[in-house]
Amino acid sequence: MQQTRLHISLFAALGIALVALFLVDLSFGAISIPLGDVFKTLTGGAPAKTSWEYIILDYRLPKAITALLAGIGLSIGGLLMQTLFRNPLAGPDVLGLSSGASLGVAFVILGSALLPAALGVFFTSAYGVVIAATAGSFLVLLAVLAVAQRLRDTMAILIVGLMFSSFTGAIVGVLTYFSSAEKLQKYTFWALGSLGNLPWDNIIILGLVLLIGLSLAILCIKPLDALLLGERYAKSLGVNLNRTRIVLILATSLLTGCVTAFVGPIAFVGLVVPHMAKLLFKTGSHKILFTGTLLIGAALMLLCDTFTQLPGSAFVLPVNAITSLIGAPVVISLLISKKKGIFS
Amino acid sequence: MERKTILSAQLLGIGYKAKKESIIIAENIDIQLKAGSLTALIGANGIGKSSLLRTLTGIQAPLSGSVLLNNQPVNQYTPPQLAQQLALVLTEALPPGNLTVYDLVALGRQPYTNWLGSLSAEDKAIVSNALQATDIEYLAHKKHYELSDGQLQKALIARALAQDTPLIVLDEPTTHLDLPNKASLLQLLKKLALEQDKCILYSTHDLDLALQLSDEIIIMKKEAIAQGIPTQLIEKKAFDNLFEGESVVFDYSTKTFRVK
Repeated sequence: MQQTRLHISLFAALGIALVALFLVDLSFGAISIPLGDVFKTLTGGAPAKTSWEYIILDYRLPKAITALLAGIGLSIGGLLMQTLFRNPLAGPDVLGLSSGASLGVAFVILGSALLPAALGVFFTSAYGVVIAATAGSFLVLLAVLAVAQRLRDTMAILIVGLMFSSFTGAIVGVLTYFSSAEKLQKYTFWALGSLGNLPWDNIIILGLVLLIGLSLAILCIKPLDALLLGERYAKSLGVNLNRTRIVLILATSLLTGCVTAFVGPIAFVGLVVPHMAKLLFKTGSHKILFTGTLLIGAALMLLCDTFTQLPGSAFVLPVNAITSLIGAPVVISLLISKKKGIFS
Repeated sequence: MERKTILSAQLLGIGYKAKKESIIIAENIDIQLKAGSLTALIGANGIGKSSLLRTLTGIQAPLSGSVLLNNQPVNQYTPPQLAQQLALVLTEALPPGNLTVYDLVALGRQPYTNWLGSLSAEDKAIVSNALQATDIEYLAHKKHYELSDGQLQKALIARALAQDTPLIVLDEPTTHLDLPNKASLLQLLKKLALEQDKCILYSTHDLDLALQLSDEIIIMKKEAIAQGIPTQLIEKKAFDNLFEGESVVFDYSTKTFRVK
């Protein structure tokens, strides 16, 4: 009971932090807008300067919402992978999912000239990119899982993910070699990753696809708990392993594939956030971890987005740089600490 | 009082189907396990104990004959139905994670909980009873990786109890334990079989302890498989040729195995 109360207060604290970070993200940027005016604009009032209204509603609000959605998608994807692969270091980028999504996007951006005109137009649209990225990560994940079945060593699975990343990277390299400068530029900009400049239509698509992915993940909460005992115990508890695996892979591909399609590959979020949730909530229950990961993922991504725009300057850092700056040291410290519960 | 038969095998043949031919490990196995009894499965390494356990628990299909669990062929249960009939304690290590002993035991309630796995008041009562019956209430809030091997085995047995099944099958539960822990674990199993009317089957290499503490023994030898209560088996000289070669033999005067 004491634990439940602790969890509820943690959820409340995270919720408040999330709202605060959202407002701070809207207020920071090339032009700093006071929080009061941000609040006024969001509630339909008029801020002190009319230009602020445009900046907030047309530029910063879509960017903040994209950050929030991307954080949720990648973090939940990471949580599902860590339990499915029984590996604390699994994550969408580590297992090669992001590279799979990149490969899908590379095919449609760089290879669209090879398709018939009508198909080419469809596949370079927002829908086409989402489908390609999701399919790319789905295929890579299926391949990694097939190999992982033959490996008992959890660290070996990470090497396999690394190999798939380099394999897909090589294919992208070959594709870029054969494509025009204009398409190459388009792909390069995508690969740098950016939370901004996403039209509202695309944000709605992103939101809807994430909703499907999250719903599939919620359906798997009970089998995910059983998987904490290992696959044989899960099976003895009546879990349909094959179906659970497929649903989890589908959910993860949708979550990470569509985020990657719209904002580019973003490293470390999917790996680090579930750990933060596990450390904070100190539980194995996926009901709690799911909610915690969702809140922390959204908050962390908003924080990273805030850091990309240095206050008072027009200079914007790539978001991928920020997540890697935070993520890489966290992973190394996790490896060094070698707590028995994390690595045994 | 006649005890209820929980698990029975008639003319069971176990083995693998490899490509075209089937590789037979053992044939004509007859086994009957009753409620309220603790049965040990013994035999030399590589004789096929694991295959027999896999077949009895429905993981592997029999080559011939059938396995009846509560009067229904074990392969005809759906996985959720089987989870309410049979609980397992395996030898494999638990994956790394944040599970406390309480969470671990509570996962045994999964076959009965709703789609989110929420515990009802009844589930919680059953989990507490399982912790109490195995004497590990004081460990409830420890993480599973903080336990000693003996404590972990008890926690896994408590999980199987929480699953509330008539049959519990344990794969070499006494491995890795020191002698007092081995003995107390088997005493615990015997107590659970008696007090909770469970049918418990375990495989083991601790022959002397198994002889002293089990209600029945299943001996797996190359030529045949025999089941009986320890004194009967000793009378029938069933322990001869348990191991290949002459290095370890059964001494019928002291009722122990010794090196020749």
